[in-house]
Amino acid sequence: MKKIEVLGTGCKKCAVTAEQITTTAKELGIEVEVTKVTDPQIIMHYQVMSTPAVAVNGQLAHSGGVPDRKKIEAILKA
Amino acid sequence: MLEIFTWLASWLVYDLGGFDPNSKLGSSLHFFVEDTSKIFALLVVMIYAIALLRASLNLERVRYYIQQKNRFAGYGLGAGFGAITPFCSCSSIPLFLGFTSAGIPLGITMAFLFTSPIINEVAVIMLWSLLGWEFTLVYIAIGMTVGIGGGILLDSLGAERWLKAFAAKAYQNAAESPQADQLAPVRPSLTLKERHEFARNELYEIVARIWKWIIIGVGLGAALHGFVPDDWFSDNLGSGQWWNVPVAVLAGLPLYSNATGVIPIMESLITKGLPVGTTLAFCMSTVAASFPEFIMLKQVMLWRLLATTFIILLINFMLVGWLINLLSPWLFSSL
Repeated sequence: MKKIEVLGTGCKKCAVTAEQITTTAKELGIEVEVTKVTDPQIIMHYQVMSTPAVAVNGQLAHSGGVPDRKKIEAILKA
Repeated sequence: MLEIFTWLASWLVYDLGGFDPNSKLGSSLHFFVEDTSKIFALLVVMIYAIALLRASLNLERVRYYIQQKNRFAGYGLGAGFGAITPFCSCSSIPLFLGFTSAGIPLGITMAFLFTSPIINEVAVIMLWSLLGWEFTLVYIAIGMTVGIGGGILLDSLGAERWLKAFAAKAYQNAAESPQADQLAPVRPSLTLKERHEFARNELYEIVARIWKWIIIGVGLGAALHGFVPDDWFSDNLGSGQWWNVPVAVLAGLPLYSNATGVIPIMESLITKGLPVGTTLAFCMSTVAASFPEFIMLKQVMLWRLLATTFIILLINFMLVGWLINLLSPWLFSSL
């Protein structure tokens, strides 16, 4: 079970990112738990400056925008 | 070269549509078709071209450049990068904390955030095509000055006292233990294909975000153009009483728009006799002082800092308005 955090202060792009990760994971049959993190302290802790960003099991995996399908698959399969 | 859009609009509206060039509706429609076609054509070409060039510029590298410079160069760099860095307002908070936790003074970070909504490639392209290069240069100079001036003023007030505790702590930690031999983030080496992909995505994303603003902005500008008599403002408000400027700033406050929506309106306001400085003050107030964005900053600032920042911005806009009104006979011979 992968614990995935979508980091962002709550704009539309963050919601889109979380949604796409959830649907892609379902299609690939990978079990994930997706949470949206809006707390600026946690975002600062990951040293992210442009959002949305994605962390997997506490490790930063992506930042700077909505990841495309290829990137999401790579994140989920890693 | 840009006359082609005037011809296009004349052909579509007068020849094909059969509207009378001297009627209010005909003149409004012509303005709308000419400006929207011109703006969209220019935007598509220019956004793509600029994105190709800046594909390898990212916030980590911007932060590193700013860190390397002394404080005073820092304000200029902060405002300058605020103007050229692709940046979405929803990233304000992470950017703010990223800069602060790297020990960059609050005023420099705020110079970046002040300038960012005022100057960007879309605003510059639109100003250039609608109001000419003189006006564009003055606009850029003003946007930079508002950012740099606001930043210096905040620092001279010692405004970092009014940061939220966790942000203040992150700033102090960085100031006390600077990472001496920090490495420059590597410049990503991009192939032409990667640059093209980046530029294409930027183009889609920006146009998807701003097309409705352009339609609304040009629509309002066109209505003003056709239905308000020339020199209406100077006839009714007088030309440039001092109180016009604060009124324009206050009028712009509740209007929440980005530069894209306001610039076509500016064009019409100026030709209807609103003084250039007053128009600019209105535009800046609409674009750079928006409540939704200020409320976001509440996550890292105490109320006191938020209020101080806001007031500094408003005073800056008024100063700009008065100054430009005073100078405009020398600055804009063509307007």
